[in-house]
Amino acid sequence: MTHAFRQHSILPGFGLAMGFTVFYLSLIVLIPLGAAFLKTLTMGWTQFWETVSGPRALASYRLSIGASLVAASINSALGLLTAWVLVRYEFPGKRIVDALVDLPFALPTAVAGITLTALFAGNGWVGSWLEPLGIKIAFTWLGVVVALTFIGLPFVVRTVQPVLQELDPEIEEAAATLGASRWQSLKRVVFPELLPAVLTGFALAFARAVGEYGSVIFISGNMPMKTEITPLLIVTKLSQYDYSGATALAVATLAMSFVLLLFINLIQWWSRARYA
Amino acid sequence: MISNSRHPGTKAIGKTEPRWVRALLIAATLLFLGIFLLLPLVVVFTEAFKKGLDVYLESIREPDAAAAIRLTLIAAGIAVPLNLIFGVAAAWAIAKFQFPGKSLLITLIDLPFSVSPVISGLVYVLLFGLQGWLGSWLAERDIKIIFAVPGIVLATIFVTFPFVARELIPLMQSQGSEEEEAARTLGAGGWQTFWRVTVPNIKWGLLYGVILCNARAMGEFGAVSVVSGHIRGVTNTIPLHAEILYNEYNSAAAFAMASLLTLLTLVTIALKALIDWKSRIEVREAPQQALTEGLV
Repeated sequence: MTHAFRQHSILPGFGLAMGFTVFYLSLIVLIPLGAAFLKTLTMGWTQFWETVSGPRALASYRLSIGASLVAASINSALGLLTAWVLVRYEFPGKRIVDALVDLPFALPTAVAGITLTALFAGNGWVGSWLEPLGIKIAFTWLGVVVALTFIGLPFVVRTVQPVLQELDPEIEEAAATLGASRWQSLKRVVFPELLPAVLTGFALAFARAVGEYGSVIFISGNMPMKTEITPLLIVTKLSQYDYSGATALAVATLAMSFVLLLFINLIQWWSRARYA
Repeated sequence: MISNSRHPGTKAIGKTEPRWVRALLIAATLLFLGIFLLLPLVVVFTEAFKKGLDVYLESIREPDAAAAIRLTLIAAGIAVPLNLIFGVAAAWAIAKFQFPGKSLLITLIDLPFSVSPVISGLVYVLLFGLQGWLGSWLAERDIKIIFAVPGIVLATIFVTFPFVARELIPLMQSQGSEEEEAARTLGAGGWQTFWRVTVPNIKWGLLYGVILCNARAMGEFGAVSVVSGHIRGVTNTIPLHAEILYNEYNSAAAFAMASLLTLLTLVTIALKALIDWKSRIEVREAPQQALTEGLV
């Protein structure tokens, strides 16, 4: 039967490997996620809609999506700069800096949360510089942006870096030979080549930021309607044993994630079509 | 010190930026990364040692902290090997064979990456919690999954699910299957081919996936926080214990816990850089090796 399903190969183990993959995937991911979706079906449309469109929920989407957009934009600009500096320039300690970019991927989110709070609070190393200027970061929406910027930092750098490395320097030389100024050849030749990678990095950072929990809850202060992100609202509902409310919000968030995933795939498809 | 990496020593007008622009861009990058990456690292350790070494050691040795460390090791010790086996099996099926629905399968494997950690925990509460699908069945048999160790292990498996597979699938796809086919033609058995041909080819990617998987498994917060119930000394992992201490304004002890995870992170990053470097050397040496072997 497997011979009809797959193309013939002399390598063994397809049945075993495929069987285990599908079994484990279903057990760990598909069945639990499916069960969560089924749970919302049992609650009825009116109740679902009331939960996901209540004022507290709307305020949390506004903060989660707004802060994620700001953070992903900061990451796009500074990530592009970082990738550029790491690929094109030489400076002492470059390899350490390059390795350090992965820190937010590997650092547990709770550690990031308490550390950024200590750093940006009014008595923190950075916060005590900003407080006299009237800028409060910890326990305001700016704190959420700071945490999400930290979490999303590696995405744009790591998507742009390989593209920039592969970029043939001859096209810049050609642009220069044809009389383009440095800024013109960057704007007209280099940046358009990097755009799909920046957009992919932006979408990845944004997707990660929307669902982020651990790094945000310490620095945000968690005031309902003001600095409460959607994932925290889900946890709050769960701790009050409001399972259906939590599930409704989770399904709304999942729907947003799937739209994003689709968007990321579209960008990749678009950039492949463009360079094929 | 600042020079164009592609053309060291040459000053090609129009091909690179003026010296002051380069210096400015490097300074801006280092300032940004310094505030966002380096300062947090320094803060973790200064806060952890603020009350001295004795307090630090005491907060790690204290029974609840020791229990949290043990639980974290148990959860990672179960999650990482399972996801390793899964990753290898999935990559073998996807990279070495052609079958319909392959890209759907890859998308499904990636799902846990695009789901909020909070939701990852929630799905298990909905399945095994008291009001969940299997809740009453489990309660009758006195099996506890949510607010107990099994739930924490399950949530950890879920969030670290794609790591090894995600690393191996593109690697094995790019390597193709000619070498394995040659081994089979020369009479090697299935497992022999796998251990002698495939594993040496994918060892760096494998190691890379495992250390990232392990770092995430030990540091996961959102998903385990939802299923744990925060029972001190029983269902707290290191990050959860740090959260409790932090909320009790016991900042030195909280950062002592955080410093353990930060050390793990630093080791992970260093290993990752080492693996990058090692695998790049092997790729560079491989064609030369083939050439000299061909000459002999």
